[in-house]
Amino acid sequence: MSKTTEKVRKTLARRYRAERRFKAFGIVSIVIGLSALLLLFGDIIGKGHSAFFEHYVELSITYDPETLEIEDANDPEQLRYGNFEGVVRAAIQERFPRVEERQDRRALNALLSTSAGYELRDRLEADPSLLGQKETLWLQLDDDADMFLKGSEKQRENARLSPQQREWVLDLEAAGETRSEFNRSLFTSGDSREPEQAGILGAILGSVFTMLVTLALSFPIGIAAAIYLEEFAPKNRFTDFIEVNINNLAAVPSIIFGLLGLAIFLSWFGMPRSVPLVGGIVLTLMTLPTVIISSRAAIKAVPPSIREAAMGLGASKMQVVLHHVLPLAMPGMLTGAIIGMAQALGETAPLLMIGMVAFIVELPTGPLSAATVLPVQIFLWAGSPEQSFVALTSAAIMVLLAFLIAMNTLAVVLRKRLERRW
Amino acid sequence: MQTGNLLLLLVVLIGLAYYLGHRRAVAMARPLGGIRHLHSLPFYYAMRSALWCAMPALVVLGCWLAFDDSIIREVVLNGMPVDLRPADEAGRSLMLSRIGNVASGALSADTVGPEVAAAAERLTSLRTTSAMALTVVVVVLAMMGGAWAWLKVSPTLRARQQVERVLQFLFMLCATLAILTTVGILFSVLFESIRFFGKIPFSEFLFGLQWSPQTALRADQVAAHGAFGAIPLFVGTLLISAIALIVAVPVGLMSAIYLAEYAHPKVRSFAKPALEVLAGVPTVVYGFFAALTVAPFIRNIGEAVGLGVSSESALAAGLVMGVMIIPFVSSLSDDVITAVPQAMRDGSLGLGATRSETIKKVIFPAALPGIMGGILLAASRAIGETMIVVMAAGLAANLTVNPLEAVTTITVQIVTLLTGDQEFDSAKTLAAFALGLMLFLTTLAMNVLALHIVRKYREQYD
Repeated sequence: MSKTTEKVRKTLARRYRAERRFKAFGIVSIVIGLSALLLLFGDIIGKGHSAFFEHYVELSITYDPETLEIEDANDPEQLRYGNFEGVVRAAIQERFPRVEERQDRRALNALLSTSAGYELRDRLEADPSLLGQKETLWLQLDDDADMFLKGSEKQRENARLSPQQREWVLDLEAAGETRSEFNRSLFTSGDSREPEQAGILGAILGSVFTMLVTLALSFPIGIAAAIYLEEFAPKNRFTDFIEVNINNLAAVPSIIFGLLGLAIFLSWFGMPRSVPLVGGIVLTLMTLPTVIISSRAAIKAVPPSIREAAMGLGASKMQVVLHHVLPLAMPGMLTGAIIGMAQALGETAPLLMIGMVAFIVELPTGPLSAATVLPVQIFLWAGSPEQSFVALTSAAIMVLLAFLIAMNTLAVVLRKRLERRW
Repeated sequence: MQTGNLLLLLVVLIGLAYYLGHRRAVAMARPLGGIRHLHSLPFYYAMRSALWCAMPALVVLGCWLAFDDSIIREVVLNGMPVDLRPADEAGRSLMLSRIGNVASGALSADTVGPEVAAAAERLTSLRTTSAMALTVVVVVLAMMGGAWAWLKVSPTLRARQQVERVLQFLFMLCATLAILTTVGILFSVLFESIRFFGKIPFSEFLFGLQWSPQTALRADQVAAHGAFGAIPLFVGTLLISAIALIVAVPVGLMSAIYLAEYAHPKVRSFAKPALEVLAGVPTVVYGFFAALTVAPFIRNIGEAVGLGVSSESALAAGLVMGVMIIPFVSSLSDDVITAVPQAMRDGSLGLGATRSETIKKVIFPAALPGIMGGILLAASRAIGETMIVVMAAGLAANLTVNPLEAVTTITVQIVTLLTGDQEFDSAKTLAAFALGLMLFLTTLAMNVLALHIVRKYREQYD
């Protein structure tokens, strides 16, 4: 045996150990990455799932004309100023007749959401004959009471309820007069200061309008730019400069686009603040590089033989591009556009700069009405002090992630279904 | 007429021009024996008419809308008596907004002087005139353009070439939008920054050790010396980015190596997209996760071992940001590692090296430039990242490198300075643009360098 072989043999065990160690590092890294992902999703779902349900309490309501101060239920003026809160208060006090102290009564009233009064008004408006009648209704509980009912033993200890209030809520629960229902208001209403009435519909609509503007601008412009750069642009300094710009814009921090929007669109052009139109334009500038780059890749993937065949039959360069290359590249372009849209949908920072961060209760009606978007709503709620907003925020995140997953899945499916291999 | 209605009318006119152009082309071709005797297909004649109808009108419409308001204001202001005309910029805008309020009815005409009321009336009448004139001009231009194109239709007209040239020009305009965006970014941050440096010396901003922009708002604290020193922000940004890179580089790099060199194709096809999901999660979600889960967790651990940890520690933001940029490092590294030619691997293995030795001694050095480029890109991402730090890092500009304390970053300050009530001219809001300029230049330099490295490396093995 030669000396070298001996040397190698001696170190072999050590080298194999190093090999195994190295491989283990790799596995550990992947596990770290994937467990971070699982932890993130698990944490969000764990915090947010409870927000999809909320508790209601069964109360026997008397539409007493005297308490309501309504004589004619057909008169909208009277309906608007009717004392529906008083009726709700009377109902819960009837349920707990022994509570007499003023302060205790107030604590008792605080168990119910302020939305209960609105619900009664809606019911009376829909059916004026209810005036003076009695009916049993399920009314929304206030978020603190709701949190208490949802919580585990340990969480209940930390709930923001006084001992008295806990007793009442427990009494209602034991009597089977509370129940958990799907949280409809989460999907049917706009923002609110009261967690149990706050919803994400306003933010979703804002996101939809913003995305429509972004799509309407970035898709055609991106495709046109990609066509020019791939098919028509001469190889010169100017074209190179455009390419360098596109590549750099793809990596510019998103907040810089917000500064651009603030300085140019808001201060210079005097566009209104907080509207999806401006948000959409800013996001267009931000996603344009993504769309252009993926569209160029799609155009590049169309084989030259197609172009040559079309030209051989007498088509002009523009006809070749518009009639043959573009339709063949469309699936790839669509995929790129969807991925760009997904990126824009999750974007928050530039929208903060152009004022889409206001507290807006009304549902937006179009790209020119003040709105916020889903990620910004998440940001706003995450900063709210109320404990119940944590669950709401997580629920909003789950909805946002669901949209993103749907869009990305669509992109993948489109690519698999439509993309041709040459 | 309102702009929206005017646009609708214009669309109708364009459609009409298209239809008439088409009909005329076909009609002209008929006596010659069919459309094959035309130079171009009827479609191109129609498009040419539509373009002639649309383009002059749209250009005039755009220019008019961009400039009419400022011109009208100028006229209104100059029409006022000399002694009432405000001299400085602020007074002018104040006067203009008063006139505008009176004109829109938000302010009663009785509460202001007769001159202002007269000016408001003038403003209203000028606006009406302008809108009417615009309608007439645009409609006439559209009709004239369309009619001219319609008259020019003839079998020898090279309509296709003309239409294609216009289309190509439009495509080029779209491509130059990328340059316009860059220029727009530069201008928007540069102009405001220059104004900022007119108030606060550049050296003070760049080398000052104290950052407290709030104090500068109060008029009695003149100049507020030392309040705009950005060093604490730079240090905070670098600290958080460094923590993020310490997490992301080893994890991302080792994942990429494992996936590229060891992993079974099945594992790879699952794990690679799964890791990339991390890049698709919106940053606001990471921010929420950092602020509500990671930060309290770190604080609890710190308390358990007797360390005072701030509730908005740099560590929490950095860790979560690190998780966010893992996929940037891993997928870019993966690209360059798989681009290393198989022959180099085979050569090394053939000489008796183990796989890890091959990776460490052959593949890694060969891929190093590309990996460095990827890490640079990830670092620029970390420096420019906003939502995680806004939600999880603090506002207090502490000059410290202790990861357990609260620090603030450039992006956090930009957001806090520019959200909420603000006057656009105060040093406070201008400071945000100066910070934006720094951020843009830094990330731009890093990106250019990274792209340069990556491109240069790619050419090496092609």
